[in-house]
Amino acid sequence: MTAGVSIQSVFQRYGSAVALDAVSLEIEAGEFVVLLGPSGCGKTTLLNIIGGFAEPTEGRVLIGGRDMAGVAPKDRPTTTVFQDYALFPHMSLRDNVAFGLRMRGVSRAARAARAEAMLALVGLEGRGDRRPHELSGGQRQRVALARALAVEPEVLLLDEPLGALDLKLRRNMQEELKAIQRRVGTTFVHVTHDQEEAMAIADRIVVMNAGRVEDFGPPRQVYLHPKTLFTAGFMGEVNRIPVVGGQAPFGPVPVPDGTLCLRPEAITATGSLHIGLCKVEDAAFFGTHVRVHVAPLTSPDLRLVVHLPQAAVPEVGAVLDLGAEAYVVLQA
Amino acid sequence: MRVLSWLYLAVAYAFVFLPVAVLVAFSFQDGRLPVPPFRGLTLEWYAKVLGNDDLMAALGNSLLVAVVSSAVALSLGFLAAHALARVRLPGSALMRGVLIAPMTVSYLIIALGLLTVFNYFGIRPSLWATGIGHVVINLPLCFAISYAAMGDHQRSAERAARDLGAPEWKVLLLVSAPMLAAPLAAAFFLSVTFSWDEFIIAFLLTRFDVTLPVEIWSMLKSGLSPATNAMGSLVFLVSVTLVILLEILVFRRAK
Repeated sequence: MTAGVSIQSVFQRYGSAVALDAVSLEIEAGEFVVLLGPSGCGKTTLLNIIGGFAEPTEGRVLIGGRDMAGVAPKDRPTTTVFQDYALFPHMSLRDNVAFGLRMRGVSRAARAARAEAMLALVGLEGRGDRRPHELSGGQRQRVALARALAVEPEVLLLDEPLGALDLKLRRNMQEELKAIQRRVGTTFVHVTHDQEEAMAIADRIVVMNAGRVEDFGPPRQVYLHPKTLFTAGFMGEVNRIPVVGGQAPFGPVPVPDGTLCLRPEAITATGSLHIGLCKVEDAAFFGTHVRVHVAPLTSPDLRLVVHLPQAAVPEVGAVLDLGAEAYVVLQA
Repeated sequence: MRVLSWLYLAVAYAFVFLPVAVLVAFSFQDGRLPVPPFRGLTLEWYAKVLGNDDLMAALGNSLLVAVVSSAVALSLGFLAAHALARVRLPGSALMRGVLIAPMTVSYLIIALGLLTVFNYFGIRPSLWATGIGHVVINLPLCFAISYAAMGDHQRSAERAARDLGAPEWKVLLLVSAPMLAAPLAAAFFLSVTFSWDEFIIAFLLTRFDVTLPVEIWSMLKSGLSPATNAMGSLVFLVSVTLVILLEILVFRRAK
């Protein structure tokens, strides 16, 4: 069971504050969509509106083509994995996972079997008799996921579900989330402020800022061809170079006027967009790459961040001939 | 200094428990008066008390009133606390204050007020009337304990239950109340002990069927007797049992 979500010019206002400003999105059935943005950008508000925990001030939300206006969370085809897991501490894992089925009148035996199957799906087979307090954070997260998926929702909402986990566990869980999503085929709408997490799991990323959708597309597109300066900066580090009348500070460039955005790893010795000779100011080995700050000889006040390949051993003071392989020009 | 502090502890405990110890000791008095000198041990008074139908009926009444009124007070107090903790209403603080206020009013005043109101509506003094009186005194306690126990942890579990399709009454019954099992049990047992040895309200609001404290009081009217001590000891035993049950069932498990 899976369904698309259509969000049509949704506004959310709290007094004079605007939490969501004319948000429109078409999420397709079976898609893994990540709402990405800094805290306070409205991503959680949007998730709450889809889940029915808040009613939009204006606009419509359709799930599987049905208008959700006035439909309570319990009657929506959505379930949520909460940031704090919100497991029921007085119930065994089996009863936690089976809770939604119990509310739907499924017989005890059938829901126990289904709960075991769901626990197996998240890698906790045979632990149905345990209590939530006996589990680690990552395991609790899995139980919350199993509980939300047990009722076969059409859309699963995930509210920063990996926020409380340490980095290594978070990376593992990302892969697992993605694999589980492919297996069950449910539409996943996942909220996070971590752009690496978003790129790791999303089919499409919705970049949000100040209540608006800044960008919406596959990770590659959002990272390499951002629509706005905000997206460019939020998705990763970027060198911003003003271009006026075909002139960048380091010389003429064959691009329209605006802000030329260069990712540090897109600047190489062979790049086609010629920057020219640059002096190395400092360099640091980061494992996967060497991070250096350079200043073009033609414009010594400009600082560019460049990620050179692991094998490069740039001396401070050395002069490199650099160019950009990929770039975008954005208007402020 | 160390000796002094131990001595102080002993004196403090003696001050608290000596009257009870004396009461219990003289309930075994082999004589007609529960006063020194101690003449020897006998269980005669316990036999007499346990064979007294009026006393045993009063004991049954007391238990019934205590359990039923506490259950009602706890249900009402819990529901009120849940509502005031979850929903923002105009005047929430005032409503909380008004709910807790009866705690500060003396039982005598509450009893007189209830007596007047019951008279006006033609309700006769009875165990029911006493039970209502005990709900009045225990509701604020149950409300205060429940309200203090409600937290964000529980709020998010309730939200998850609604998200999974639970109607509101099932949220309360399957999630909110079980998560607060320990404080709710504490409130219940405290209510039972308060109702169990409450005298003034029961005295003014009962007539033919009376509760145990009222029956003991009428025994006292005919003078001191080791039988009264025996009855007092039994009452004390029940209270202690309740406290121990509370400790074992509620606080041990909460750890």
